[in-house]
Amino acid sequence: MKRAFHSGGTDLLFFAALVSLGGLYLLLILAMLFADIWYAGTHISGQEFIDLLKNEHIRYSIWLTLITCTISALLSLLVAVPAGYILSRYRFWGKTLIDAILDIPIVLPPLVVGLSLLILFNKMPPEFLGLGSLEDIIRKFFGPNAGVTYKIPAVIIAQFSVSCAFAVRTMRNTFDQISPRTEQVARTLGCSRGRAFFSVVIPESWRGISTAGTLAWTRAMGEFGPILVFASTIRGRTEVLSSTVFLEISIGNLEGAVMVSLLMVTIAIIVLVAVRAWDKGQQHRLLI
Amino acid sequence: MIEVENLSIKAGDFRLEGISFEIPAGGYGVLMGRTGCGKTTILEAICGLKEVTGGTIRLDGIDMTRMPPSRRGIGFVPQDGTLFSTMTVRQHLAFGPKVHRWKKEKITERVQELARELGIESLLGRKPYGLSGGERQRVALGRALAVRPKVICLDEPLSALDDNTHAEMTSLIKRLVTDHGITVLHITHSHAEAESVADRIFLLENGKLRPE
Repeated sequence: MKRAFHSGGTDLLFFAALVSLGGLYLLLILAMLFADIWYAGTHISGQEFIDLLKNEHIRYSIWLTLITCTISALLSLLVAVPAGYILSRYRFWGKTLIDAILDIPIVLPPLVVGLSLLILFNKMPPEFLGLGSLEDIIRKFFGPNAGVTYKIPAVIIAQFSVSCAFAVRTMRNTFDQISPRTEQVARTLGCSRGRAFFSVVIPESWRGISTAGTLAWTRAMGEFGPILVFASTIRGRTEVLSSTVFLEISIGNLEGAVMVSLLMVTIAIIVLVAVRAWDKGQQHRLLI
Repeated sequence: MIEVENLSIKAGDFRLEGISFEIPAGGYGVLMGRTGCGKTTILEAICGLKEVTGGTIRLDGIDMTRMPPSRRGIGFVPQDGTLFSTMTVRQHLAFGPKVHRWKKEKITERVQELARELGIESLLGRKPYGLSGGERQRVALGRALAVRPKVICLDEPLSALDDNTHAEMTSLIKRLVTDHGITVLHITHSHAEAESVADRIFLLENGKLRPE
């Protein structure tokens, strides 16, 4: 890089264009964060922030966010690892179509995901079958108080339905980068397909798994549209941090919304830094 | 002993038909041919990694044509070694014996024995990152030989090595397989390499195999 900068005016122009165009996005992110911090710094006192953290509803929202995001991320990995592996290693009829279907939650407007979940659980199977809705079936099996819509399971399903798509994409790319030869060698050494997968492929893909898990977790935390429609934003029941921001804005409490936003940014940064640090530690272990 | 009779393999548009050859027990056979002519495909079929559409593969008289790779007992050394990036050299050498449920003491003994034979004792605690081409191939060879297979398949194991390492590895492989009476199928596109190790050479040309 250093040499390239010294190798002529054209190179300098090229790198200047790269840095300025690429840097624009970085600048936008930093500007948004700065705006939040500046607004909080000029409009909110430290005491108000402490009071916010002591607020019963906010504390519930923080805990519900941490728990539901963790469950969603684990469920996403549970699905993404096998799905990514199948898509990466096997050729089969309809693969292109399945691949495209798995991307639908990424491209669909979030509200549509929520609406689809709402219809699926409350209007399916079709009435003429006489089975009742999925919600009715769940209540039949788990009791009259059980159910999904407008309850905590709806929060998890709403988060999972979007974050899992990102995890599947990440895992597929991860397995694409691991040569199938590694598991083939393991199979010639006496491993079944399953054993080769668990003893060779999974350890080789730890980095992708941690990236997919982090991505799923942070996506789940940022999810709002599907939660709003499918789980609603019921204070003290289905309220997660993203819905808290919405609730605070809707009652005109911009300060509260900004404080919760900053809290979310802090949590996201802690998670990202912790995972990166763990990643680095693992990578260091590979070099020894 | 490797016996391949009238083997047919189809992979996409690529097709090989009527492939027959034989390498006697303890023999060193080299399969030669241009890049992309199907040498590796034949080797994969023998190892059980590629499905065959016809013909038979027998190892020491036993029909292995439809047997999974895990039950064939063939040591496989891929072109670039294909080491497991998360495992140490010691774990590589112990991998096969562990899968075959050898006793712990027997595994430790075998690892030491192999490391001595291959001259990689000082590398036992290292991971693949940073190993030289020759070191990687030694580890891959050791991993394949660990469970004492009667047959090993080497897929261009020396193609990426410099001249000195190439000569060292050639004599090492030759010594090891002679000492242990292992039957070898070795793939290469180099005449010089084939002549330096082979008892018999087969040439794969236009989808047909002929002895040279």
